[in-house]
Amino acid sequence: MSFEAAEPAMPREHYLNAQRGAWSWLTTHDHKRIGVMFLGALLCTFLLGGVFALALRLELLTPGETVMGRLAYNRSFTLHGVIMVWLFLIPSIPTSFGNFLLPLMIGARDVAFPRLNLASFYLFLLGAVMTVWAILQGGVDTGWTFYTPYSTATGTDVLPVLMGVFVVGFSTILSGLNFITTVHTMRAPGMGWMRMPIFVWTLYGTSIIQVLATPVLGMVLLLVALERVAGVGLFDPARGGDPLLYQHLFWFYSHPAVYIMILPGMGVISESVSAFCRKNPSSYRVLVWSTVGIAFVGFLTWGHHMFVSGQSVLGSGTFSILSMLVAIFTALKIFTWTSTMYRGSIWMSAPFTYVLGFIFLLFFGGMSGVAVAVTSADLHWHDTYFVVAHFHFIMVGASLMAFLAALHYWFPKMFGRCYPEGLGVGTAVLIIFGFIATFLPQFLLGNMGMPRRYADYPEHFQSLHVASTAGASLLGFGFLIIAAYLGWSLRHGRVAGRNPWGSRGYEWHSDSPPPESNFHAPPDFPYRPHDYSRPDTQPEVGHAA
Amino acid sequence: MNDVLRSILFLPEEGSTLASRVDGIHFFIILTTMVVGAGIGLTGFVFLLRYRRRYAHALTEAFTAPMWLEVLFVTVPLSFFLLWGALGYRDYVWSRAAPPDALDVYVTGKQWMWKFAYPEGPGAVDVLHVPAGRPVRLLLTSRDVIHSFYVPAFRLKMDAIPGRYTETWFEAIRPGRYPVLCAEFCGLNHSLMRAEVVVLSPAEFEAWRAEQGGDQVASGAGLTEPLVARGRLVATREGCFQCHTVDGTPHIGPTWRGLYLREEPLDSGGTIRADVAYLTESMMEPQAKVVAGYAPVMPSFQGRLSAADVASLVEFIQSLRPERPVPPAAREPRYELRGR
Repeated sequence: MSFEAAEPAMPREHYLNAQRGAWSWLTTHDHKRIGVMFLGALLCTFLLGGVFALALRLELLTPGETVMGRLAYNRSFTLHGVIMVWLFLIPSIPTSFGNFLLPLMIGARDVAFPRLNLASFYLFLLGAVMTVWAILQGGVDTGWTFYTPYSTATGTDVLPVLMGVFVVGFSTILSGLNFITTVHTMRAPGMGWMRMPIFVWTLYGTSIIQVLATPVLGMVLLLVALERVAGVGLFDPARGGDPLLYQHLFWFYSHPAVYIMILPGMGVISESVSAFCRKNPSSYRVLVWSTVGIAFVGFLTWGHHMFVSGQSVLGSGTFSILSMLVAIFTALKIFTWTSTMYRGSIWMSAPFTYVLGFIFLLFFGGMSGVAVAVTSADLHWHDTYFVVAHFHFIMVGASLMAFLAALHYWFPKMFGRCYPEGLGVGTAVLIIFGFIATFLPQFLLGNMGMPRRYADYPEHFQSLHVASTAGASLLGFGFLIIAAYLGWSLRHGRVAGRNPWGSRGYEWHSDSPPPESNFHAPPDFPYRPHDYSRPDTQPEVGHAA
Repeated sequence: MNDVLRSILFLPEEGSTLASRVDGIHFFIILTTMVVGAGIGLTGFVFLLRYRRRYAHALTEAFTAPMWLEVLFVTVPLSFFLLWGALGYRDYVWSRAAPPDALDVYVTGKQWMWKFAYPEGPGAVDVLHVPAGRPVRLLLTSRDVIHSFYVPAFRLKMDAIPGRYTETWFEAIRPGRYPVLCAEFCGLNHSLMRAEVVVLSPAEFEAWRAEQGGDQVASGAGLTEPLVARGRLVATREGCFQCHTVDGTPHIGPTWRGLYLREEPLDSGGTIRADVAYLTESMMEPQAKVVAGYAPVMPSFQGRLSAADVASLVEFIQSLRPERPVPPAAREPRYELRGR
């Protein structure tokens, strides 16, 4: 084992300074720069969605009108939902960290179609600008689900938003195609399928869902647009249409979309658990096949959104059982991560704190998901705050925790500098507690019978709403701290060196930040992924703890 | 035990026979989840303490979970999940099949109110009177967008969808007043679309009904008639058959056979599809859109038909399909004695 005691130095030339000027960024084909640009765009959309989340919580602090009227509230929750789902959670990890890391992890110089990659970024930007502009102009009050016949009847301006989301969908499909091709054709010599890092596997599974499901979304959005413009009578019962047809088509995409959000997060967690326990995953095989299983069974569960819509009783029972199957893959992953800690060497770093938060929140989010998939229990919980709490546990608690874990774990790789670790751990604890304080009361609100999307509520719900709003402000405060210290670290953080965590992830074989073409020489990965049982052949830089 | 759990979980009182069933599965799921959650949490905590990092570059031996452990991890949770699913499904099926002696109530959702109507009585807005201890079947539909009829104390929820009837039922346990909420986003005043179920003792209910409904109710006739049969009764009572036939022959008005969803040419040019909206409109405002070839002689039934009458007439007309598919005769499995 060789250690370098000296302070590491920044590499002289890397992807950030290889070319200079705004134009070189806007026309770049480098997957790392595109990943960073995606990251910047995503942080903007997250900020916008988050500000509106706080506005909603403020309105719900007291019954009656607090800070906005009912129309403004309906528009705000639509904006919050549309932006968070379509413009943040779905693209978040694959487009930013996936773009940056996928080629590094499989030892490739870039993705298979670099120009397509850039096009996908511009499509995302175009769609995002269209959506945000449309929402801020007139406002839409349909919710992110655009349920017909409300969305075809409402007087608000739904069309531009539908088109914006449609364009974003194309960006998603192109990214997915790019990743699939890259994984199939550009792996380093000797890297078989069962030697790919877990994160690559989850990106692959995600891409498959994206490519198969997103076209259905595009179609159904177009159909709603047609219905609005030409009154074609697909969903309008007065013209012989069927409002439930919309729900089937919509959830056929939007349920798998949850797995688009969560699978890459699971990949991030698998990578970080391994890195911070210095331990191989207790079952690589289980992590891989449960990823494939989720990607497959996730397509067969959409009907569990419709237990009280009057769909056939047998249909509901079938979707209930199929939903149980998808839950079991998640349970397997949770058991595997926990058992990976067994006989490891655990470092309670900031990313690992998020990992623990992730496992905790995913467990309760997943279990409440099984609970609402139980047909009779859903009679009470459907469309209440229990569901709101459930999907926030999954989508925010898990996707966002994973996003933050990824941001902290790969920050040194992306920018070559470390952040203050103690501050990172403290903020992570704050965020996790803020999160629980926000959404745990919402489970209880749902039990009490508080329906979702209510601008106003009967008084007996108030105390729990106050608790939830208090938690949300804690959460918002936590994000401000993160923004402050990560922003500071970009310039002033300690220089990271090649591998500050002592991780065996393949991406750490390149410099931090990596050079423009990723590697100085063709990479050679001598050990299986996540193998900590043999001395490392790569020179490591000593680290704290 | 039950009441303690209910108050810890902030569940409202159990106002219907369904509520205790839903709560039962709820408690089972929550308790199991908490036990397993605590187990995983404790395990993780012990690992954190026991295996915390001591040397920065420690090596760890490769460890792969044995097969039996993986099998255990799959089978134990899956059997719990499937058990929950099965128990819940049993209650779900029960909650969707109304007993035959149920009292029918028609529920119409409309931005932003709930309208209730009994087969033999007057309608009401936002207040539903029902007797305790008797099953009540709700037939729901909507006039505009999707609404969802939700009574938290009954653990009861069913969407009201335009152009369709959905059905659910409940049996209230004891007299009282229970809030009704709308659970599907339906526009500006979604959160104000609130109503109330007033549960009366059977005697009080009969008294209330006698006061409301007059002689029709007192006779109690046809309370349990299914909608289609009731529609035929209404049609006879109102004299519809003086002009409309049900066997396909045109008369003074268009025949009802196969009328539903038929494309009809209009007197004023253009065509109209005879959907629920058009049928209802023709009862209330017959001269608005007259089918070509027929004289505009039909009187308006505005104010003469209750909401329930209209619903049952529409159901009756819907049932008169042009040709009914005849299902093949059931083939019983045949068992033959073998040997001996």
